[in-house]
This record gives sequence, C-alpha cells and structure tokens, in this order.
Amino acid sequence: MTLYAALGAISQGLVYALMALGVYLTFRVLDFPDLTVDGSLPLGAAVAAVMITKGINPFVTLPVAFAAGMAAGFVTAFLSTNLKILNLLASILTMIALYSINIRIMGRPNIPFINEVTIFDYFPWITKLIVSIGIPGRYANIALSLVIFLIVVICIKFVLDFFLHTDLGLAMRATGDNESMIRAQGVNTHFTIMLGVALSNGLVALCGALVAQDQGLADVTMGVGTIVAGLASVIIGEALFGEMTVFRATLGVIVGSVIYRLAIAFALSLRIGDFVISPSDLKLITAMLVVFALMFPEIRSRIKIGVLKRWGDGK
Amino acid sequence: MIKIRNLRKTFNIDSVNENLAIDKVDLNIKKSDFITVIGSNGAGKSTLLNLIAGVYPPNSGKIVIDGLDVTPLKEHSRAKFIGRVFQDPMMGTAASMTIEENFSMAHSRGKMRGLKIGVNKKKRELFRSHLKLLGLGLEDRLKDKVGLLSGGQRQSLTLLMATLNEPKVLLLDEHTAALDPKTAQQVMEITKMIVTKYKLTTIMVTHNMTQALAIGNRLIMMHQGKIILDAKGADRDKLTVDALLNEFQKVRGSLTDKSLLSINTVTPKC
Ligand SMILES: Nc1ncnc2c1ncn2[C@@H]1O[C@H](COP(=O)(O)OP(=O)(O)O)[C@@H](O)[C@H]1O
Ligand SMILES: [Mg+2]
Repeated sequence: MTLYAALGAISQGLVYALMALGVYLTFRVLDFPDLTVDGSLPLGAAVAAVMITKGINPFVTLPVAFAAGMAAGFVTAFLSTNLKILNLLASILTMIALYSINIRIMGRPNIPFINEVTIFDYFPWITKLIVSIGIPGRYANIALSLVIFLIVVICIKFVLDFFLHTDLGLAMRATGDNESMIRAQGVNTHFTIMLGVALSNGLVALCGALVAQDQGLADVTMGVGTIVAGLASVIIGEALFGEMTVFRATLGVIVGSVIYRLAIAFALSLRIGDFVISPSDLKLITAMLVVFALMFPEIRSRIKIGVLKRWGDGK
Repeated sequence: MIKIRNLRKTFNIDSVNENLAIDKVDLNIKKSDFITVIGSNGAGKSTLLNLIAGVYPPNSGKIVIDGLDVTPLKEHSRAKFIGRVFQDPMMGTAASMTIEENFSMAHSRGKMRGLKIGVNKKKRELFRSHLKLLGLGLEDRLKDKVGLLSGGQRQSLTLLMATLNEPKVLLLDEHTAALDPKTAQQVMEITKMIVTKYKLTTIMVTHNMTQALAIGNRLIMMHQGKIILDAKGADRDKLTVDALLNEFQKVRGSLTDKSLLSINTVTPKC
C-alpha cells in the first residue's frame, strides 16, 4: 500500500466516521436497525451538488444537507412509531423512496462538479501549513481533506458525547435500553426515537455532502452498502474499545471507521498469484466481515461483560 | 385522592381470546392510604395497576387522580403523578447506564428534558444522600452501571427512583416476588421506610398473604376482574391469613387448584 493510498484511506475513514456515528446512534443507542442511511448519504451529496452548481456557498450546503437527512430519518421513525411498520421495513421503504427523490433533486442520476468551488478551496492557509512542515506537494490535497475531516469529526464527536449526557440524551439512551422504564419516567419514546433517527440520518447526509465535495461528484448509487460499512466500523470500534462509556464508544466508532478503510485499501493492494481483489468485491468482503462478527454474539457479549467486569473491579 | 369509577378492560375484544380482565371496578383511595392487593393469578391485579399508570386505555370508566381526570392521558403524560416498581428487577432501570444517570432520569420525571447536562455536582449530592437511605453502599458506586447490581439492589434503586419526586401514587406490582426471601424482606423494609417517610399513597400487589396483612392500612382481594373483598379500619386489623383463605374458599368454585397453589402463605415475618 502506497503512502498516498494510506492517507486517502485515513481521510475516507474520518469522513465516513460521521456516517458511522449516525449508525451507532440508531443501531446501538436506540436499538433501532435503520437502513435509511443507504439513501440519506446520496441525499446529502445530491443536495450539496445541486446547491454548489447553482453557485450557493458550499458551507451553506452542510446544514441544508443535515436538515434533509433529518427529514429522511424522521419519515422512517414516523412510519415505525406512528404507523407501526416494523422498523427495519420502514427504513427500507424510506431508502427505496429516496432513490427516486435523489434523482428528482439532481434532475439526473449524477452531477459531477469537480471544477466548482467547494469548502476545500477556503483553506489555502492549511495547505500552506501542510507544505511548510515538509509534506511533499503531491500529498497536499489529500492531507488538506484529512485535516478538515479530522476537525469536523472531532467536533461532531464532542457535540454528540455532550448531547448523550444531557437530560434529553439520557432519555434517548434509555429508550434504546429499556423503553418501558423510560416511559414510566414520563418520556414520550416516540419523540426520542424520531429525534434520534433524524439526527442519525442528519449526520449521514452531512457525511454525503462532504464526500461529494471531496470527490467533486454526487451519484445516486454512492450510498449502496453504506449501512454495512457503518456497521463494520461500529463493530470494529466495539471490539477495540468496548462499550464502556459514550466517550469511548464514539471514539471507537471513529477509529473503527479508519481501520475499516485502511483494511480495504490494504485488501485492494493485495495480489494473490493472479488474483487481484477488485473494488467491486469489497461489498462482499464487508458483508462477510459483518456476518462473521454477528455470528458470534456470545463472543461479543463476552467482550462487553469482560470490559464491564474489569471496570467494576477497578472501583 | 384517587377515584376509580366503573372501570372495565377487555383484552382481545371481539376475538376468540376475548378476556374480561377488569370488570366494573370502583375504588376510592384516600391520601396516604397503603392498600395491599391480593388475588389468584389472572385476577386482574396487574391490569388494574397498568390501567392506573396508563399503559393501555380502559374500555370504559374513568380514573381521577387528585381531582384530575387522567383517563385520556397517555402513560408518559401521567408519569409525573405516578411512581412504579415492577415484578421484574430488570424492568425498572436501564442496565447499560450508570446509577447516577438512572437517578437523573427519575429526577427529571414530569419536567421538560432539554439540553442541560443530566448529572451535575448538585444532583450527585442529592442522589448520594438518597442512596444512603438504602444502606446498601450504592452511594459510593454512582458511576457503576446498573447492570452490575444484584436483583435486590436494582429493585431498591427502582423504588428510590420511583419515589424521588414524591409521586401522588406509588404502584408496586409484586416487586419482591422475583427476589430470594432474605432480599425480599430487605426490599420490603426499604419499602416501608420510604412510604412512611413521604406518607405516600401506595397500592401494592402481592402474592403473599402474610405480607399483605403485615403492611398497609387497607386490603383488597380481587377475583376474575372484580374486587371481592375490601377491608379497612377495624375490619382490616381483624383479618387473619385463615380468614383470607376462607374468602378464597368461597370463590373456589370458579378457581382452579393451580391458581390456589400460587397463593403463598408461609413467609418470614416482616
Ligand atoms: N396485555 C395483555 N393482553 C392480553 N391479555 C392480557 C394482557 N394482560 C393481561 N391479560 C389477561 O388479563 C387477565 C388478568 O391478568 P393480570 O392483570 O396480569 O392478572 P394478575 O392478577 O395475575 O396480575 C389474565 O387473564 C391475563 O391473561
Ligand atoms: Mg400480575
């Protein structure tokens, strides 16, 4: 694996960590399996591409993409809580509907906008800084993305950590842990579910908007398999960090996402005799990885309990 | 304090499984009453408590708490008046969250939940002083996950959480039934202490007749969705386990042996 590929993988890992944090919020915090993300990622990208090609400030696209993602998540949660459609099915319905909506938004299946001004054009001083510390110029662009994604994901992580410790955040966590308990404490769990799934998809769409600006392309198919990559990141993070505290769990998700992208870059660089793994094989590999991880719930629970115990004894 | 009028609940209405669980129940509960409720399995005890808590709506009748008709209110909207402890020790707390976080959620019952930090220094002191009452040493384990606690500890914690905001009514549904006898007795002691301290209006379901007679100032026996015995004052004080068994005998015609078996008369005194 070249240095260039490694830097690219880390940068990808950081930006997709936003999506993985969203997946953590639904799958782990709310215990709500949500596949909407496969549609809300390109939704964010589509919103950003359309706005940027219309000459709107690229920074403005970010909150708008976030809001669009929230709307998508809200629809899924509404179908599940109010219309009593099974949560997994509800999310598939929204995901499928988003395919049509994303094409409507863009007016076609994809928008390349490689020559437009994106948020990355606003930080020449970071590029200068990068070059001044001796990093070769050909890495400057990728290092710039990496730095910006790192800043964004760290900020989002801390905001999310804080939120999950507020009164509202505690209620949301309890909704996923023990719904009847938190209802007995006076919380409308329909509301916490809707808010949580909406925030999750907001993060995923924000991720989509950033990825699109990084690549200069929004494509309706760019979301395929997002959920599996997100789950893989969450699971890798849990294996490494356990689920002890929210702070550690979110850190684990980010590290998990980076490791996942590095592992993929590594797999792509492999050559076994005449056999070369092609990018189109990656979905299969990721799916197998997740199945493998899910096949051993007892191992996963042992990891969790082990960590719990260690922590308890340490008191 | 609590008025229950003509309450009726049928499950699976209009199906072969139609099941009349609460049949025209009327009940007046005075402030600081401590009512124990006994009755065979399936008598409707839990259903009555769930109706008061608003877990599901009644088919007819109404429930008034402290002058407010709560019948149309959803479970979460009436939670601010009601403290609850369930039979299953796992049900009343969130296992993956810490003791102080669980407490904080109970502390927010009936208040707006916003973006203020859930546990701060001031609240932590408050939680600590409450936990000291239990005498279980939990005040030094505020940052432990509740999942690490034993069933008895969790049940005691749930009890404390249920009474933190001094609810208008405390509903206990066989909250010691899943515990071993010694722990059950401890939790009963804690229950007595807390209820006396705050003079809480309490309804406690129990399988245990001795327990039902040892605590409270009023006793209700339910059978097939109806209240078949309601003893208070001097009548209540005269009641004995034998007298209660006699009452069960009277309705025995419609009781199966199996449901009689579930009525436990031997227990340690408490
Ligand atoms: N959620 C429910 N759905 C259908 N039937 C129920 C439900 N809850 C209770 N029942 C039925 O109502 C009757 C009363 O149950 P319950 O109130 O739980 O009795 P207990 O006095 O043992 O607590 C029983 O026949 C039970 O099967
Ligand atoms: Mg019951």
